[in-house]
Amino acid sequence: MLKGLIGKKVGMTQIFDETGAAVPVTLIEAGPCYVTQVRTKDSSGYSAVQLGFGEVKPKRLTAGQLGHLKRNNMNLPPLRFLREFREKEHGLAEGDVLKVDQVFTVGEIVDVIGTSKGKGFAGAVKRHHFAGGPKTHGQSDRQRAPGARSSGTTPGRVFKGSRGAGHLGNERVTVQNLRVVLVDPERNLLGVRGAIPGPKGGVVMIKGARKQ
Amino acid sequence: MSELLKAVEAAENENVPQLRPGDQVRVFLRIKEGNTERTQEFRGTVIRVRNSGNNANFTVRRIASNGIGVERTFLARSPRLEKVMVERHSHVRRAQLYYLRERTGKRSRLKQKFSS
Repeated sequence: MLKGLIGKKVGMTQIFDETGAAVPVTLIEAGPCYVTQVRTKDSSGYSAVQLGFGEVKPKRLTAGQLGHLKRNNMNLPPLRFLREFREKEHGLAEGDVLKVDQVFTVGEIVDVIGTSKGKGFAGAVKRHHFAGGPKTHGQSDRQRAPGARSSGTTPGRVFKGSRGAGHLGNERVTVQNLRVVLVDPERNLLGVRGAIPGPKGGVVMIKGARKQ
Repeated sequence: MSELLKAVEAAENENVPQLRPGDQVRVFLRIKEGNTERTQEFRGTVIRVRNSGNNANFTVRRIASNGIGVERTFLARSPRLEKVMVERHSHVRRAQLYYLRERTGKRSRLKQKFSS
């Protein structure tokens, strides 16, 4: 069975588990996802399942996107987000519907992939956790300075890949090994313990944990 | 807040009455020790109440042996709270009674309030 879904981050809260302990939970509106394409070794050179999520008005999609969803008389609704999941044996056919309770159960360990919040051009203190300079002892304008970038005449340049200020966030981030603590098929809700990347409303992929 | 978030959050704990700062309370808490479960009592003065839905909590201060103050914060909707009994209300003029931390003995008394 395919261990994967596409979802939308709802937000964080805390719930009480069966022992009464308060658990931090991120809720994800996961699915229903539609199988929009099955890739096989013969057709594409690799095996994967393409899932679609997020119903929208037909006019929000291009004719090409709509055509992709209407292939082979599949008659899928207009879907905004398509993502591929690499899986060899899944037993799914094009047009199938996946609900959250078919894929995940409480207690499972999953990875969540999303796009982190963009922070813009950030300094070295925020971006790489540099310590900055001293606050006192006659210092001025040094508190969040990165310090020396490199040595002097030798080598006479800054090595490539040196850490410094630059764009932070708005990149693909995977959070591994989150425990599923809640599955609600009625509301298509999935709850995982801990935080996941991205803003509320951000689209995330949920997969079975690869390190378990 | 999102309706979906509200749907999974804990309902109000009917064993916990509406508390006010200054209340003398007895809090009965279920505690698990190994395989046995027992109830522990914590008796003291409510010095802070936060009514914030799912995360509503209150802090109880009591004077333990040797006059050492002990404060404990409880989640009001926690299923571990068996019951909370209010013994008396006090006349207080603040929402947070942090000033009790600097007082001992007779100066830390609160005036009882009789009407509800």
